[in-house]
Amino acid sequence: MSADTTSAIGPVEGASFDVDNPAPYIEAPRKRTGRTPRATRGNFEMAAWLFMRLSGVVLVVLVLGHLLIQLFLDGGVSKIGFAFVAGRWASPFWQVWDLLMLWLAMLHGCNGLRTVINDYAERANTRLWLKGLLYTATVFTILLGTLVIFTFDPNIR
Amino acid sequence: MATPVLDKVEKESAASPYITVTFRVRRFNPEVSDAVVWEDFQVEIDPKERVLDGLHKIKWDLDGTLTFRRSCAHGICGSDAMRINGKNRLACKTLIKDLNPEKPITIEPIKGLTVLKDLVVDMEPFFQAYRDVMPFLITKGNEPTRERKQSPEDRERFDDTTKCILCAACTSSCPVFWNDGQYFGPAAIVNAHRFIFDSRDEGGEQRLEILNDKDGVWRCRTTFNCTDACPRGIEITKAIQEVKRALITRRF
Repeated sequence: MSADTTSAIGPVEGASFDVDNPAPYIEAPRKRTGRTPRATRGNFEMAAWLFMRLSGVVLVVLVLGHLLIQLFLDGGVSKIGFAFVAGRWASPFWQVWDLLMLWLAMLHGCNGLRTVINDYAERANTRLWLKGLLYTATVFTILLGTLVIFTFDPNIR
Repeated sequence: MATPVLDKVEKESAASPYITVTFRVRRFNPEVSDAVVWEDFQVEIDPKERVLDGLHKIKWDLDGTLTFRRSCAHGICGSDAMRINGKNRLACKTLIKDLNPEKPITIEPIKGLTVLKDLVVDMEPFFQAYRDVMPFLITKGNEPTRERKQSPEDRERFDDTTKCILCAACTSSCPVFWNDGQYFGPAAIVNAHRFIFDSRDEGGEQRLEILNDKDGVWRCRTTFNCTDACPRGIEITKAIQEVKRALITRRF
């Protein structure tokens, strides 16, 4: 090997490596070992995986229909106002449509971000905080949206 | 008859098939430095030879400290999986002429596993995942007095996944495994598939339960890196999908 033995961490006292004092290995942050806990029994991961597929299919219809009605048909985006929303939510059909869309989209997105965090966050603490933030935001948005849809008052001043 | 043959040999040796190829090898030796160094080697080699032959020439003639694993050197033992020009392959099955020898050929250890020296990695997490799926025949009841019979159709069902040589090219090409080594990885799932779909085996339910884990098949993102990397041409992603389907149909 070449005589190039420069250290990646710079010259530190006692940082010359030889047979008796080898450099530390760069270990993977999360390794599978014999002591890795056989953690999860139950079908949560399967349910989450199935939910992503099924909700995705339903969301294609719901979201594309939503965009079509809101942005293109009957005057396009310029027609949207308080009166338009009030008129739509007078019908239970659109209430259910919007409620379903809210719940499915939020849970779909939340589950997607959960898998991203699982895949990319290496330290247990980072995972915990990111997921905590994610679940808080999801629950808050779902509850707020549901509250608005059910308690919407067209005669509000 | 002898004369023309001799002529031909002389003509061939006149036009030498040897070319000079640069091997750019990622070196790491913890007994010298904690730094990783890329080192270039110029090797005279026939383009019809393999990358492993080039590594042999380096080790035998240029630098005896180059460390890599190889055993059978014919694509069966699965020892010499490495990252050649950024792709996981077996050095013993990759010909120089298939790699554009004009440019330097980069050779790295496979990713996602601890590098011990040069191209040698710690395979223990990989084999731990393999052991965890119980890759052996599980049966109930008394042993039959004759061999366990199986129809050609039943054998065909899991034929693809019997080809695995445990080289770790698939698992170390998986982005989920790179980021989180807790994932079983494609190789373990392939070897579970080989027994789950074996009509003679009765431990399929146990293995499915193991792969239903949070680090099991549901972490597969179907990026097809494993299928691309497999030197045996196993349709790995398809096997993983079949395990997923078996899990879902088992429940509903």
